[in-house]
Amino acid sequence: MTNTLKTLLLSGAAAVAFTGMAQAQASGDVTACLITKTDTNPFFVKMREGATAAAEAAGITLQTYAGAIDGDVESQVAAVETCIAAGASGILITPSDSRALEPVITQARDAGLLVIALDTPFEPADTADATFATDNFEAGRLIGAWAAATMGDAAADARIATLDLNPSQVSVDYLRNQGFMTGFGIEVNDPTRIGDEDDARIVGHDVTNGSAEGGRTAMENLLQIDSGINLVYTINEPAAAGAYEALSAFGIADQALIVSVDGGCPGVRDVAAGVIGATAMQFPLRMASLGIEAIIAHANDGTMPANTEGLEFFNTGVMLVTDQPVDGVESITSAEALDLCWG
Amino acid sequence: MSDTPKPGGQDYEARLKTSATTLAEFDHAPRGVIGTIQHVLHANPTFVPVIVLVASIAVFGVIAGERFFSPFNLSLILQQVSIIGILAAAQTLIILTAGIDLSVAAIMVLMSVISGKLAVQFGVPAPIALLVSFAGGIAAGYLNGWLVTKIKLPPFIATLGTWNVFFALVLWLSGAQSIRGADIDATAPLLKFFGNTIQIGDARLTFGTILMILVFVALWYVLNKTAWGRHVYMIGDDKEAAELAGIRTDRTLRQVYMLAGFICALAAWASIGRVGSISPQSFYEGNLESITAVVIGGISLFGGRGSIMGALFGALIVGVFQSGLRLAGVDVLWQVFAIGWLIIIAVAIDQWIRKVSA
Repeated sequence: MTNTLKTLLLSGAAAVAFTGMAQAQASGDVTACLITKTDTNPFFVKMREGATAAAEAAGITLQTYAGAIDGDVESQVAAVETCIAAGASGILITPSDSRALEPVITQARDAGLLVIALDTPFEPADTADATFATDNFEAGRLIGAWAAATMGDAAADARIATLDLNPSQVSVDYLRNQGFMTGFGIEVNDPTRIGDEDDARIVGHDVTNGSAEGGRTAMENLLQIDSGINLVYTINEPAAAGAYEALSAFGIADQALIVSVDGGCPGVRDVAAGVIGATAMQFPLRMASLGIEAIIAHANDGTMPANTEGLEFFNTGVMLVTDQPVDGVESITSAEALDLCWG
Repeated sequence: MSDTPKPGGQDYEARLKTSATTLAEFDHAPRGVIGTIQHVLHANPTFVPVIVLVASIAVFGVIAGERFFSPFNLSLILQQVSIIGILAAAQTLIILTAGIDLSVAAIMVLMSVISGKLAVQFGVPAPIALLVSFAGGIAAGYLNGWLVTKIKLPPFIATLGTWNVFFALVLWLSGAQSIRGADIDATAPLLKFFGNTIQIGDARLTFGTILMILVFVALWYVLNKTAWGRHVYMIGDDKEAAELAGIRTDRTLRQVYMLAGFICALAAWASIGRVGSISPQSFYEGNLESITAVVIGGISLFGGRGSIMGALFGALIVGVFQSGLRLAGVDVLWQVFAIGWLIIIAVAIDQWIRKVSA
């Protein structure tokens, strides 16, 4: 039987099998690999914790690897090769480059390893056997919809700044940005392109590298273009904290609503403190533990993980965190979120 | 000796009337306009960055209009370059000795995390936390200097190593977690001292900006008006000659690295005021940005030549380009493109000036 045929036959049963994975027993010497972009970002630290806990619970061996910085493709290629050589059953990887790793991933799959992309999908997504990720578009859509509902009639005259990641416009960057635009009710042109909208309410966009320092400088730059900005979308919570510092320094901290994505613990505390209006929380721990369970299931009986219906990946969930809930957008409070936050 | 030569004696001095009256000197070929410019630039290395700075302010004033030219925006540019500017001052010291320091930003972030951890999370009084961070900066600089002078590692390699070491310590100490601005305000507001501002008309000067200018003025004095400063230039120009002239070169080099480390610790304090929080992810490329400012400032990477003020102008040129292009609505990637060309042109001009013939 060819691999393709196997996949076809098994995919129907996958959804059912998935629920049973937690109970899957390790078959002796199963080894799984976790390869993250870096081991510095708390998001990946949490991911490693989740994977380690799941691996220990199931009694399998886990090897973890990480690149030195985001974008460090060479280290990840070397890590995949090491995992193949070590005879691992499967690899969980957050690819540093959505396209560049394709050859070595194919090599791993040919060698019989189950490869699951965590958090960041490959391009094309079927480079890996499966993708377990946050629905970043949905994360953006939630905060956009919340902002529109919170502003009410004033949304028609909003002055919007978007603080994005970097000039490369990687998928997580445009998905969150375009999700936000969609949720707020702005017509996006090319959904993979930041900044091509014609809506006059958009003041501009700038990049932050996802850091507080970048967020502050970017916010200052955009305020120089229009000091009346009253809605700020940010790629993540450190950038949001930087934006808030800039607004405070300009003496207009209360003028703008700041929305963000991630659900890191400092970010959740910033929601509680009123620095951030709302943030969309993602669940790295769940991503990793589900990934480990999928590898065990595959090693035991060849079960292939399935995608969430209507998506090209398995959605590990996203939840809006705000202390000012609005009708029509489900949310949890910052107090509840503190128990769930990562980092 | 009598005033008049003795008769019959040899009249040496009479010959003087017919001999040359000028001192020995080189032949001067006419230099022409280009040659003259080359000479002026050789004698005044800060001319190029000053001209570029003035020209770029003028050009962006025209392109981006009044908003760019406003006192508020110009003071904002000063504010935005203040941290990289202070790092560039430290970097200049090292580059003047013909070295390079890849660890400046890592030392800075490490010291900001140390002072933040101590003051905010362990309740150590803020002044003591800051003193610890200053001592830490000096110690980090000493390590670099020791590796360069005792172990004889090339500065590039020594600081490439310590950059990684310090960066790893940052992550270990911070758990890759930011320390929130609100927590700093509540427990140790002194850490954010350099975020305070003075309003002069529409312009807003932060204390961090003033610190940057003070650092440059102090270093200018030390480098130009003290023997130690001249030694630094001499070591960069020709280390062996400096040694033969009796300068204790290795000791001076270690002092240079320690001073640079201390300046990085000052930058750490200022960065907390600037960023508002302590973020281990910030300034990851601060080392390269500081080198960019130094190079655009006309300071020779080959050591021994250039004025510390050049680095200040270099940092400002980068800030002016970024602000001007942003206000003119140019996409971010073209800012990166422009800075790249600035670096190439600056070093090309330096190479051309170095070729100056006497």
